[in-house]
Amino acid sequence: MKQYLLKFTRQKIFWPLTALALFLVLNLFIDPGFFEIEIKNNHLFGSLIDILNRSIPLVIISIGMTLVIAKEGIDISVGSVLAISGATAAAIMEHQNIWLALIVALIVGIVCGFWNGLLVSVFEIQPMVATLILLVVGRGIAQLITGGQILTMDNEIYSFIGTGFLFGFPFPIYIGIFVFLMMIFLKKRTAMGLFLESIGNNMTASKFAGIQPKKIILLVYTICGLCAAIAGIIVSANVSSADANNAGLWIELDAILAVVIGGTSMRGGRYFLGGTVVGALFIQTLSTTIYSIGINPQIVMVVKALVVILVCLMQSESFRRSFANMGKKKVSYT
Amino acid sequence: MVSEYLLRSEGISKFFPGVKALSNVSFTLKQGEIHSIMGENGAGKSTLIKVFTGVHKMDEGSIFFKEEQIDLDSPQSAQNKGISAVFQEVNLCENLSVAENIFIGREPKKNGRINWKEIKKRAEQLLLTRLNIKIDVSKVLSSYSTAIQQMIAIARAVDMSSGVLILDEPTSSLDKNEVKQLFKVMKSLKEEGMGIIFVSHFLEQVYEISDRITVLRNGQYIGDYVTNQLPRKDLVSNMIGREWDENSNHKEKQFKNLKSSELLLSGTNLARKGSINPLNIEMRKGEVLGLAGLLGSGRTELAKVIFGIDKPDQGVLYLNNEKIGSLNPKSSIERGVSFCPEDRKVEGIINDLTIRENIILGLQTKKGLLKYIPMKEQERIANKYIKLLRIKTPSIEQSIDNLSGGNQQKVILARWLATNPTLLILDEPTRGIDVGSKQEIRQLIFDLAKEGITILFISAELEETVACCDRVIVLRDRQKIGELQGEDMTESKIMDMIAKGDEIDETIPS
Ligand SMILES: Nc1ncnc2c1ncn2[C@@H]1O[C@H](COP(=O)(O)OP(=O)(O)O)[C@@H](O)[C@H]1O
Ligand SMILES: [Mg+2]
Repeated sequence: MKQYLLKFTRQKIFWPLTALALFLVLNLFIDPGFFEIEIKNNHLFGSLIDILNRSIPLVIISIGMTLVIAKEGIDISVGSVLAISGATAAAIMEHQNIWLALIVALIVGIVCGFWNGLLVSVFEIQPMVATLILLVVGRGIAQLITGGQILTMDNEIYSFIGTGFLFGFPFPIYIGIFVFLMMIFLKKRTAMGLFLESIGNNMTASKFAGIQPKKIILLVYTICGLCAAIAGIIVSANVSSADANNAGLWIELDAILAVVIGGTSMRGGRYFLGGTVVGALFIQTLSTTIYSIGINPQIVMVVKALVVILVCLMQSESFRRSFANMGKKKVSYT
Repeated sequence: MVSEYLLRSEGISKFFPGVKALSNVSFTLKQGEIHSIMGENGAGKSTLIKVFTGVHKMDEGSIFFKEEQIDLDSPQSAQNKGISAVFQEVNLCENLSVAENIFIGREPKKNGRINWKEIKKRAEQLLLTRLNIKIDVSKVLSSYSTAIQQMIAIARAVDMSSGVLILDEPTSSLDKNEVKQLFKVMKSLKEEGMGIIFVSHFLEQVYEISDRITVLRNGQYIGDYVTNQLPRKDLVSNMIGREWDENSNHKEKQFKNLKSSELLLSGTNLARKGSINPLNIEMRKGEVLGLAGLLGSGRTELAKVIFGIDKPDQGVLYLNNEKIGSLNPKSSIERGVSFCPEDRKVEGIINDLTIRENIILGLQTKKGLLKYIPMKEQERIANKYIKLLRIKTPSIEQSIDNLSGGNQQKVILARWLATNPTLLILDEPTRGIDVGSKQEIRQLIFDLAKEGITILFISAELEETVACCDRVIVLRDRQKIGELQGEDMTESKIMDMIAKGDEIDETIPS
């Protein structure tokens, strides 16, 4: 038993999971009804469901980001792509059928991701710089599409995507689960996981082994763009409007943090989808907690940063070791 | 009392999850002595060295420095005692300059600031006087070959050590002259009273340079011997734990009649700017063809072109009488051409992945992205090759990073065998591998050839090339200068050809 426990603490997912649990418990002190879940006309309501529901766009984007980071890359344009996809859906829906709007919004995400992938793989531009282009230009494009206004949408099906319930649970949760399972499938039932981890770890050796890194890189950035587009649809559907300026602002930072907290290293290689999901849930819980404690909004970022640093430090093995040794040293050396 | 021993250890044990890397090992090093540690791959040599340098903390045992018990709990504490080491895998910073690499962490300062001029001057001086190499020390490290990088690592260690210098397989990527140079340095350091620990798989080198030899096997201390009182045969028997007959290596070689065998590969006018000049090459089914030549003569370069890692910019290649259009590693693997590269660390192993994943990687690319090999099948393949190549590991799910160098080499070999190649290119397959395994790999080559697999064999050791190959192509300065086979194929004839050189093979198109 003890051995299993020990083994579990060595798992990558242990620390983010602990942090998440800690924060959930902390919330119980702030709000005794935190864990309560009510059923009102067959819909589940409660803080937990709420947090879960609101974290879905971040979860989905972080999953896409995980793949990119596994190949030592980064995609800072996800927020802009999110905005573009929402704007596209809204603009098309003004005159056309909703299904067309959804499909085009997703295709736009794919195109954006493919563009990023092209810059990184074929033109070998550094990922940070390559995706910076779309980060900057993307919001401009989104504004062009919306004509500089906040477009509102009035469609029942579309708003169901953001606010509907299915079997008691909010609909976005199902989308999140679907995306997660798809990525698990790609990782465990195709060779993509193996190829991605191997080019992220040693590019030269991977080429010798016959892997074609450019194709994998293209694929990974494209998936990341697609994930951002899906998130964009959920975000805009949730408020039935597309805001080119503010939708998904700074979400790339939260996504990168979620990935790192989840145990995937920025140096590439091994990636952990489950860890990422926990990381994203943690960040959402953290944000919610900070607001509900009533911390001054001006220092919210600082608090967030402190907590994130702490989690990252706890993850670092060498930090844990030196931390543990602090107490020991005096004893063993006498 | 003047202590006899500079460094002495008693009962050292080191455990890794699932492995007893060292158990109850004792070791002594005298002042002014060169002491070799010998043992098969995975015997625990590198681990012992890492204990001495504070990289690994031992689980049991004690270490004495000048008969005073010391506590080596970090690389710094070892450095402070004047113990410095060059590890098996060069661990310098690729993108720093040579000078920075030599002085990193102990930069000479002037008024509190790093004195770059001084660093440059001293680095140049150090390399020139100690190792007799003259290079531009302000260039980044990665612009130099592995051999030079190795020399730089040695220079750094020599400069830092003040009592004990440890060299873990420093010679595996050096050529003859460089080894000679290194030995000169080691001898002069020895005169100065330094104690040197040396690890190498080359028996000749060990016998040439060392005063004493300590033998390890399976993490156990077998014994320590005065070099010139220990016959080679006994040394090897001690290492592998069974009787060893040196001559089984040279067992009567049968010259196969391959003229009648079908042509597998033929290349005409094959060339690539900056790596090989135009040449013709032919290989028959079941043939073992060697490429001989000095370092940089184009051996590896030719292999890379045939595999498609480097694209030829001239010439045509036929495989099974079929002209090959686009040449790249993936299509080569699909055609049954496999290439086991020489630089295991950079071109071979994927550090993060497990042994199983490293083994099936080549086969998986052959099958493609979507046809994922089922886990059961992966495990079967991995276990099969672990058994066949006697890879020493507690489990196939170990990270390959935890394997000793020679076993990593075997994993890479397994990766390529698993692809069921018809043409297998082996570039230095036995580098850094112990004698026992070397023999096994040679045997494997014979067996594979018997099954009809064609092998292109590259080795810096001529003796090995002659022992393994049916025919050999001799290269010099990126040119093919001749071919030898049958009775003509001897070490001395190959050497002659390399040394003489003016006559160039007639068959080369001009
Ligand atoms: N960091 C590690 N984690 C787990 N096992 C290790 C580690 N380092 C070495 N080993 C194991 O210890 C044994 C000795 O390895 P090593 O000292 O590298 O052998 P060698 O004599 O070839 O240098 C091997 O079985 C190897 O797999
Ligand atoms: Mg070793």
